[in-house]
Amino acid sequence: MAMSCPLNRYLLLMAQEHLEFRLPEIKSLLSLFGGQFISSQETYGKSPFWILSIPSEDIARNLMKRTVCAKSIFELWGHGKSPEELYSSLKNYPVEKMVPFLHSDSTYKIKIHTFNKTLTQEEKVKRIDALEFLPFEGKVNLKKPQHIFSVLEDYGLDPNCIPENPHNIYFGRWIADGQRELIESYSVKKRHFIGNTSMDAGLSFIMANHGKVKENDIVFDPFVGTGGLLIASAHFGAYVYGTDIDYNTVHGLGKASRKNQKWRGPDENIRANLRQYGLEKYYLDVLVSDASKPSWRKGTYFDAIITDPPYGIRESTRKTGSQKEIPKGMEKCPESHVPVSLSYHLSDMFFDLLNFAAETLVLGGRLVYWLPVYTPEYTEEMVPWHPCLRLISNCEQKLSSHTSRRLITMEKVKKFENRDEYSHLLSDHFLLYKGHNSFREKYFSGVTKRIAKEEKSSQE
Amino acid sequence: MKLLTHNLLSSHVRGVGSRGFPLRLQATEVRINPVEFNPDFVARMIPKVEWAALLEAADTVPKGPIEGYEHDEKFLRQMHHVLLEVDVLEGTLQCPESGRLFPISRGIPNMLLSDEETET
Repeated sequence: MAMSCPLNRYLLLMAQEHLEFRLPEIKSLLSLFGGQFISSQETYGKSPFWILSIPSEDIARNLMKRTVCAKSIFELWGHGKSPEELYSSLKNYPVEKMVPFLHSDSTYKIKIHTFNKTLTQEEKVKRIDALEFLPFEGKVNLKKPQHIFSVLEDYGLDPNCIPENPHNIYFGRWIADGQRELIESYSVKKRHFIGNTSMDAGLSFIMANHGKVKENDIVFDPFVGTGGLLIASAHFGAYVYGTDIDYNTVHGLGKASRKNQKWRGPDENIRANLRQYGLEKYYLDVLVSDASKPSWRKGTYFDAIITDPPYGIRESTRKTGSQKEIPKGMEKCPESHVPVSLSYHLSDMFFDLLNFAAETLVLGGRLVYWLPVYTPEYTEEMVPWHPCLRLISNCEQKLSSHTSRRLITMEKVKKFENRDEYSHLLSDHFLLYKGHNSFREKYFSGVTKRIAKEEKSSQE
Repeated sequence: MKLLTHNLLSSHVRGVGSRGFPLRLQATEVRINPVEFNPDFVARMIPKVEWAALLEAADTVPKGPIEGYEHDEKFLRQMHHVLLEVDVLEGTLQCPESGRLFPISRGIPNMLLSDEETET
């Protein structure tokens, strides 16, 4: 596996969803499988066509066994901005690389895919005929061919402005499809146990991929809720732990989140969710615990921490409080008789989370979490940082006109020395995020303004 | 609660520090839960185990990791059983220093402490 060996080029056909999350997912997965993201372009923006150099087909296949952002991957044989450019590019592709897939004992078929345009059958056949110059010696088999070749024509992204001719045409040998079917099979709609804020299945797999979760890892979610994020990691072969401050959620008791359902049934808990998908063997334990006061012993034993902390909107931000604070804004946690404070400042929560990750992650382990943001005031400097953790990616998902959340991925690059060493450093930086402590008010201020506006206009 | 988990938990009562580990386990209801044996996972866990704490919590445990344990199926199966198949359904975990009890119910430990009780 030498550096001198020229890397093969592959075409990734990406799904047009969660655009910002795609590149970090592919980069994380390539690095997980010993590859790297090598492309002539830095970014692809909105385009679904990505050309990458990958050292081996094995790495490409491994990538596709994990990605939910990519639809398919092809070994790229040629491309161009016009049919002529494509054909000349194909003629330059080394014949010895084509031959193993075109020899007389093989069977194949050619598919034409067009993006943002529909072709007639006649037009498709014409394009296939134009490829006759390629040294195909095998037999065409439309039902179960050994090899599938694809022509992909890119007619841009604007359905209101479809060009006569494609911007780009690609030709490649189909290798594998990605895991987008997981989004449907793990859909929250079919899940036994859900909560108010259960994560969309696609995003939970993206998070596990950003976290470079692999078989036999231990993955931890300190704000586990109904366990949705654990399911994705368990699907990829990791063993999972979760904690949550809410006794009822962890035990699977109390009011149901489903419409038309009052109380949770006996089958509704985190373990049952894993059982539903045949992943029960990956269930280690869940505990009732306050993430700001963790009960784990000293040591590094988590390979990844993947979590969606509460933003204080649909679930409250809480931590255990003091007996003295009882009157306003307090509730007693029934089973444990420990008072629960409702005013856990967001910035404190992220400070605790990053410190915890720095302490308990293995070196090279990843922290993946959502950071809620009031968009008009957001700056990159606000993203919490820690000397032991390197920022890998920061992807935005809009929630409303003035709020969004950002998926932050960090990697532990330095051993954690002493807790006290970091506290003063962090508080200065966290001042920047402190504005977000009133995230809840800011989120609702937009809503109240809109309601006031609507009421006003309905009165006129 | 699995014994692997017990091995990772510590009391965080104020002032206790590292003397909060290991928690003293009192089990009133235990179940043996068959879990599919995965030698690679078990082998990965062996270096993370605090053996003294495990010996305190469990009955039949090897005295320590043996030479070449990564390939010793008998040893790994034994450890698999102890760490992953013994499930404490009801019981308590006790802080060895302060005596504070953390209940385990339906297999789930409750580690919540109030502000006064914890370290700042």
